[in-house]
Amino acid sequence: MNLDTIVFFVSAIVAVFGATMMIAQRNPVASVLYFIVSLVAQAVLYIQLGSVFMGAVLVIVYAGAILVLFLFVIMLLNLRGQENLTDRSPSVSRFTKYLISALLFVEMWFVVKSGFFPDAGQVGVMVEAPGTFGSVEEIAMVLFTRYLYPFELTSILILAAIVGAVVMAKRERSGGAPSTPSKGQEPTNTVDEAGR
Amino acid sequence: MVPITVYLIVAAVLFGIGTVGVLISRNIIIMFMSIELMLNAANLALIAFSRALQVPDGHAFVFLVLTVAAAEAAVGLAIVITLYRNRETINIDRFNLMKW
Repeated sequence: MNLDTIVFFVSAIVAVFGATMMIAQRNPVASVLYFIVSLVAQAVLYIQLGSVFMGAVLVIVYAGAILVLFLFVIMLLNLRGQENLTDRSPSVSRFTKYLISALLFVEMWFVVKSGFFPDAGQVGVMVEAPGTFGSVEEIAMVLFTRYLYPFELTSILILAAIVGAVVMAKRERSGGAPSTPSKGQEPTNTVDEAGR
Repeated sequence: MVPITVYLIVAAVLFGIGTVGVLISRNIIIMFMSIELMLNAANLALIAFSRALQVPDGHAFVFLVLTVAAAEAAVGLAIVITLYRNRETINIDRFNLMKW
Protein backbone atom coordinates (compact mmCIF):
# COMPACT_ATOMS: atom_id res chain seq x y z
CA MET A 1 0.00 0.00 0.00
CA ASN A 2 1.87 3.01 -1.23
CA LEU A 3 1.28 6.67 -0.57
CA ASP A 4 -0.83 7.13 -3.69
CA THR A 5 -3.39 4.58 -2.52
CA ILE A 6 -3.50 5.99 0.99
CA VAL A 7 -4.12 9.53 -0.32
CA PHE A 8 -6.84 8.20 -2.59
CA PHE A 9 -8.69 6.32 0.11
CA VAL A 10 -8.46 9.11 2.66
CA SER A 11 -9.79 11.73 0.24
CA ALA A 12 -12.47 9.40 -1.13
CA ILE A 13 -13.72 8.65 2.39
CA VAL A 14 -13.68 12.34 3.29
CA ALA A 15 -15.59 13.20 0.10
CA VAL A 16 -18.28 10.60 0.78
CA PHE A 17 -18.44 11.56 4.47
CA GLY A 18 -18.88 15.25 3.65
CA ALA A 19 -21.61 14.47 1.13
CA THR A 20 -23.44 12.23 3.59
CA MET A 21 -23.30 14.81 6.34
CA MET A 22 -24.46 17.43 3.86
CA ILE A 23 -27.77 15.73 3.20
CA ALA A 24 -28.17 14.70 6.85
CA GLN A 25 -27.97 18.21 8.31
CA ARG A 26 -30.97 20.25 9.29
CA ASN A 27 -29.18 23.56 9.38
CA PRO A 28 -28.45 24.76 5.81
CA VAL A 29 -25.30 26.61 6.88
CA ALA A 30 -23.75 23.43 8.32
CA SER A 31 -24.83 21.66 5.15
CA VAL A 32 -22.94 24.16 2.97
CA LEU A 33 -19.83 23.79 5.14
CA TYR A 34 -19.93 19.99 4.83
CA PHE A 35 -20.30 20.36 1.09
CA ILE A 36 -17.13 22.47 1.06
CA VAL A 37 -15.31 19.66 2.93
CA SER A 38 -16.49 17.19 0.29
CA LEU A 39 -15.41 19.52 -2.52
CA VAL A 40 -11.90 19.95 -1.17
CA ALA A 41 -11.53 16.17 -0.94
CA GLN A 42 -12.76 15.87 -4.53
CA ALA A 43 -10.19 18.47 -5.58
CA VAL A 44 -7.51 16.24 -4.05
CA LEU A 45 -8.83 13.38 -6.19
CA TYR A 46 -8.63 15.59 -9.29
CA ILE A 47 -5.04 16.53 -8.50
CA GLN A 48 -4.20 12.89 -7.96
CA LEU A 49 -5.61 12.13 -11.38
CA GLY A 50 -3.15 14.62 -12.84
CA SER A 51 -5.48 17.53 -13.52
CA VAL A 52 -4.02 20.14 -11.21
CA PHE A 53 -5.72 23.02 -12.99
CA MET A 54 -9.19 21.50 -12.65
CA GLY A 55 -8.61 20.84 -8.96
CA ALA A 56 -7.72 24.48 -8.45
CA VAL A 57 -10.73 25.61 -10.48
CA LEU A 58 -12.99 23.36 -8.41
CA VAL A 59 -11.82 24.92 -5.16
CA ILE A 60 -11.83 28.49 -6.47
CA VAL A 61 -15.06 28.47 -8.46
CA TYR A 62 -17.15 25.99 -6.47
CA ALA A 63 -16.01 26.47 -2.90
CA GLY A 64 -15.04 30.08 -3.41
CA ALA A 65 -17.89 31.43 -5.51
CA ILE A 66 -20.91 29.15 -5.84
CA LEU A 67 -21.09 27.98 -2.23
CA VAL A 68 -20.47 31.49 -0.96
CA LEU A 69 -23.47 32.47 -3.09
CA PHE A 70 -25.45 29.75 -1.29
CA LEU A 71 -24.31 31.07 2.09
CA PHE A 72 -25.20 34.58 1.02
CA VAL A 73 -28.72 33.54 0.04
CA ILE A 74 -29.18 31.66 3.32
CA MET A 75 -28.11 34.81 5.15
CA LEU A 76 -30.46 36.88 3.02
CA LEU A 77 -33.40 34.61 3.76
CA ASN A 78 -32.54 34.84 7.46
CA LEU A 79 -32.86 31.09 8.01
CA ARG A 80 -31.85 29.74 11.37
CA GLY A 81 -32.30 26.05 10.71
CA GLN A 82 -35.39 25.83 12.88
CA GLU A 83 -38.04 25.86 10.20
CA ASN A 84 -40.84 23.41 10.65
CA LEU A 85 -40.21 21.10 7.71
CA THR A 86 -42.37 18.21 8.86
CA ASP A 87 -45.86 19.67 8.95
CA ARG A 88 -47.07 17.56 6.04
CA SER A 89 -46.61 13.91 5.32
CA PRO A 90 -44.74 13.35 2.06
CA SER A 91 -46.63 12.00 -0.91
CA VAL A 92 -44.10 9.19 -1.39
CA SER A 93 -42.84 7.22 1.58
CA ARG A 94 -39.25 7.54 2.66
CA PHE A 95 -38.57 3.87 2.12
CA THR A 96 -39.54 4.14 -1.55
CA LYS A 97 -37.13 7.03 -1.98
CA TYR A 98 -34.24 5.06 -0.47
CA LEU A 99 -35.19 2.08 -2.61
CA ILE A 100 -35.14 4.14 -5.81
CA SER A 101 -31.72 5.58 -4.92
CA ALA A 102 -30.34 2.15 -4.05
CA LEU A 103 -31.60 0.76 -7.36
CA LEU A 104 -29.91 3.60 -9.23
CA PHE A 105 -26.65 2.95 -7.37
CA VAL A 106 -26.77 -0.78 -8.09
CA GLU A 107 -27.34 0.01 -11.74
CA MET A 108 -24.31 2.28 -11.85
CA TRP A 109 -22.28 -0.36 -10.01
CA PHE A 110 -23.13 -2.96 -12.64
CA VAL A 111 -22.23 -0.60 -15.46
CA VAL A 112 -18.86 0.14 -13.84
CA LYS A 113 -18.14 -3.50 -13.11
CA SER A 114 -19.41 -5.00 -16.34
CA GLY A 115 -16.57 -3.84 -18.55
CA PHE A 116 -19.18 -2.22 -20.76
CA PHE A 117 -16.74 0.39 -22.00
CA PRO A 118 -14.93 -0.23 -25.26
CA ASP A 119 -11.45 -1.57 -24.77
CA ALA A 120 -12.11 -2.15 -21.09
CA GLY A 121 -8.92 -4.06 -20.58
CA GLN A 122 -6.86 -1.03 -21.42
CA VAL A 123 -9.08 1.45 -19.63
CA GLY A 124 -9.05 -0.48 -16.40
CA VAL A 125 -5.37 -0.01 -15.79
CA MET A 126 -4.05 3.49 -15.27
CA VAL A 127 -0.88 4.10 -17.22
CA GLU A 128 1.57 6.79 -16.26
CA ALA A 129 0.43 10.08 -17.77
CA PRO A 130 2.79 12.27 -19.76
CA GLY A 131 4.08 15.30 -17.91
CA THR A 132 1.93 17.79 -19.78
CA PHE A 133 -1.32 15.98 -19.00
CA GLY A 134 -3.89 18.26 -17.41
CA SER A 135 -1.72 21.33 -17.72
CA VAL A 136 -3.28 24.69 -18.46
CA GLU A 137 -1.67 24.68 -21.89
CA GLU A 138 -3.21 21.37 -22.88
CA ILE A 139 -6.67 22.28 -21.60
CA ALA A 140 -6.57 25.65 -23.37
CA MET A 141 -5.40 23.95 -26.55
CA VAL A 142 -8.43 21.67 -26.70
CA LEU A 143 -10.87 24.24 -25.30
CA PHE A 144 -10.03 26.93 -27.84
CA THR A 145 -9.77 24.73 -30.89
CA ARG A 146 -12.02 21.69 -30.91
CA TYR A 147 -14.52 23.02 -28.34
CA LEU A 148 -14.40 26.68 -29.32
CA TYR A 149 -18.06 26.78 -30.37
CA PRO A 150 -19.46 25.33 -27.10
CA PHE A 151 -17.08 27.56 -25.20
CA GLU A 152 -18.48 30.65 -26.91
CA LEU A 153 -22.03 29.40 -26.35
CA THR A 154 -21.41 29.33 -22.60
CA SER A 155 -21.01 33.10 -22.69
CA ILE A 156 -24.56 33.38 -24.04
CA LEU A 157 -25.69 30.96 -21.34
CA ILE A 158 -24.12 33.08 -18.62
CA LEU A 159 -25.68 36.23 -20.07
CA ALA A 160 -29.09 34.56 -20.04
CA ALA A 161 -28.48 33.40 -16.46
CA ILE A 162 -27.59 36.93 -15.34
CA VAL A 163 -30.71 38.42 -16.93
CA GLY A 164 -32.84 35.58 -15.58
CA ALA A 165 -31.51 35.95 -12.04
CA VAL A 166 -32.14 39.69 -12.05
CA VAL A 167 -35.67 39.27 -13.43
CA MET A 168 -36.48 36.53 -10.91
CA ALA A 169 -35.10 38.22 -7.82
CA LYS A 170 -36.41 41.69 -8.61
CA ARG A 171 -39.36 42.74 -6.54
CA GLU A 172 -42.55 43.57 -8.35
CA ARG A 173 -43.34 47.24 -8.39
CA SER A 174 -46.92 47.27 -7.16
CA GLY A 175 -48.92 44.59 -5.38
CA GLY A 176 -47.92 41.02 -6.05
CA ALA A 177 -45.82 40.72 -2.91
CA PRO A 178 -48.15 40.37 0.07
CA SER A 179 -45.36 39.24 2.38
CA THR A 180 -43.44 41.63 4.54
CA PRO A 181 -40.23 42.69 2.83
CA SER A 182 -37.03 41.31 4.27
CA LYS A 183 -34.43 43.81 5.27
CA GLY A 184 -31.71 42.45 3.03
CA GLN A 185 -33.63 43.46 -0.07
CA GLU A 186 -33.79 47.16 0.61
CA PRO A 187 -30.47 48.31 -0.92
CA THR A 188 -31.26 46.54 -4.19
CA ASN A 189 -34.56 48.33 -4.40
CA THR A 190 -33.10 51.78 -3.82
CA VAL A 191 -30.45 51.19 -6.44
CA ASP A 192 -33.19 50.08 -8.79
CA GLU A 193 -35.20 53.23 -8.21
CA ALA A 194 -32.15 55.45 -8.50
CA GLY A 195 -31.39 53.86 -11.83
CA ARG A 196 -34.73 54.77 -13.36
CA MET B 1 -1.82 3.74 -9.42
CA VAL B 2 -5.45 3.27 -8.39
CA PRO B 3 -7.48 1.70 -11.24
CA ILE B 4 -10.17 3.77 -12.91
CA THR B 5 -13.03 1.56 -11.76
CA VAL B 6 -12.38 2.58 -8.16
CA TYR B 7 -12.66 6.24 -9.11
CA LEU B 8 -15.87 5.46 -10.97
CA ILE B 9 -17.27 3.73 -7.91
CA VAL B 10 -16.50 6.80 -5.80
CA ALA B 11 -18.28 8.92 -8.42
CA ALA B 12 -21.24 6.52 -8.37
CA VAL B 13 -21.42 6.68 -4.56
CA LEU B 14 -21.39 10.49 -4.64
CA PHE B 15 -24.09 10.49 -7.31
CA GLY B 16 -26.19 8.10 -5.24
CA ILE B 17 -25.85 10.32 -2.17
CA GLY B 18 -26.91 13.27 -4.31
CA THR B 19 -29.97 11.33 -5.47
CA VAL B 20 -30.91 10.47 -1.88
CA GLY B 21 -30.49 14.14 -0.95
CA VAL B 22 -32.76 15.32 -3.74
CA LEU B 23 -35.42 12.76 -2.88
CA ILE B 24 -35.57 12.90 0.91
CA SER B 25 -34.75 16.52 1.62
CA ARG B 26 -37.53 18.95 2.47
CA ASN B 27 -35.26 21.97 2.51
CA ILE B 28 -35.09 23.46 -0.97
CA ILE B 29 -31.52 24.74 -0.48
CA ILE B 30 -30.17 21.33 0.58
CA MET B 31 -32.03 19.80 -2.35
CA PHE B 32 -30.34 22.27 -4.65
CA MET B 33 -26.91 21.49 -3.22
CA SER B 34 -27.56 17.79 -3.79
CA ILE B 35 -28.04 18.56 -7.49
CA GLU B 36 -24.67 20.32 -7.46
CA LEU B 37 -23.18 17.23 -5.81
CA MET B 38 -24.53 15.06 -8.62
CA LEU B 39 -22.88 17.37 -11.17
CA ASN B 40 -19.63 17.04 -9.24
CA ALA B 41 -19.83 13.26 -9.29
CA ALA B 42 -20.22 13.36 -13.07
CA ASN B 43 -17.19 15.65 -13.24
CA LEU B 44 -15.11 13.19 -11.26
CA ALA B 45 -16.05 10.40 -13.67
CA LEU B 46 -15.16 12.61 -16.64
CA ILE B 47 -11.75 13.44 -15.19
CA ALA B 48 -11.07 9.77 -14.45
CA PHE B 49 -11.98 8.77 -18.01
CA SER B 50 -9.87 11.59 -19.39
CA ARG B 51 -6.90 10.31 -17.45
CA ALA B 52 -7.45 6.68 -18.35
CA LEU B 53 -7.81 7.38 -22.08
CA GLN B 54 -4.99 9.94 -22.06
CA VAL B 55 -7.04 12.59 -23.87
CA PRO B 56 -7.64 16.13 -22.57
CA ASP B 57 -11.25 16.36 -23.85
CA GLY B 58 -12.67 15.42 -20.48
CA HIS B 59 -11.17 18.53 -18.98
CA ALA B 60 -12.98 20.69 -21.51
CA PHE B 61 -16.24 18.95 -20.62
CA VAL B 62 -15.62 19.53 -16.92
CA PHE B 63 -14.94 23.18 -17.66
CA LEU B 64 -18.27 23.53 -19.46
CA VAL B 65 -20.11 21.64 -16.70
CA LEU B 66 -18.67 24.03 -14.10
CA THR B 67 -19.93 26.99 -16.14
CA VAL B 68 -23.41 25.49 -16.41
CA ALA B 69 -23.40 24.74 -12.67
CA ALA B 70 -22.54 28.34 -11.87
CA ALA B 71 -25.31 29.67 -14.11
CA GLU B 72 -27.74 27.15 -12.63
CA ALA B 73 -26.83 28.20 -9.09
CA ALA B 74 -27.44 31.86 -9.89
CA VAL B 75 -30.86 31.28 -11.46
CA GLY B 76 -31.89 28.66 -8.91
CA LEU B 77 -31.06 30.81 -5.93
CA ALA B 78 -32.99 33.70 -7.49
CA ILE B 79 -35.97 31.35 -7.74
CA VAL B 80 -35.47 30.35 -4.08
CA ILE B 81 -35.49 34.01 -3.06
CA THR B 82 -38.69 34.66 -5.00
CA LEU B 83 -40.39 31.59 -3.54
CA TYR B 84 -39.39 32.54 -0.01
CA ARG B 85 -40.66 36.07 -0.53
CA ASN B 86 -44.06 34.79 -1.64
CA ARG B 87 -44.51 31.87 0.78
CA GLU B 88 -42.27 32.65 3.77
CA THR B 89 -41.01 29.07 3.81
CA ILE B 90 -38.39 26.88 2.19
CA ASN B 91 -40.30 23.65 2.71
CA ILE B 92 -40.49 21.99 -0.69
CA ASP B 93 -43.84 20.37 0.09
CA ARG B 94 -45.44 23.79 0.24
CA PHE B 95 -44.52 24.56 -3.35
CA ASN B 96 -47.05 22.22 -4.90
CA LEU B 97 -49.02 24.77 -6.89
CA MET B 98 -47.89 26.31 -10.12
CA LYS B 99 -50.25 29.25 -9.70
CA TRP B 100 -51.76 30.69 -6.54
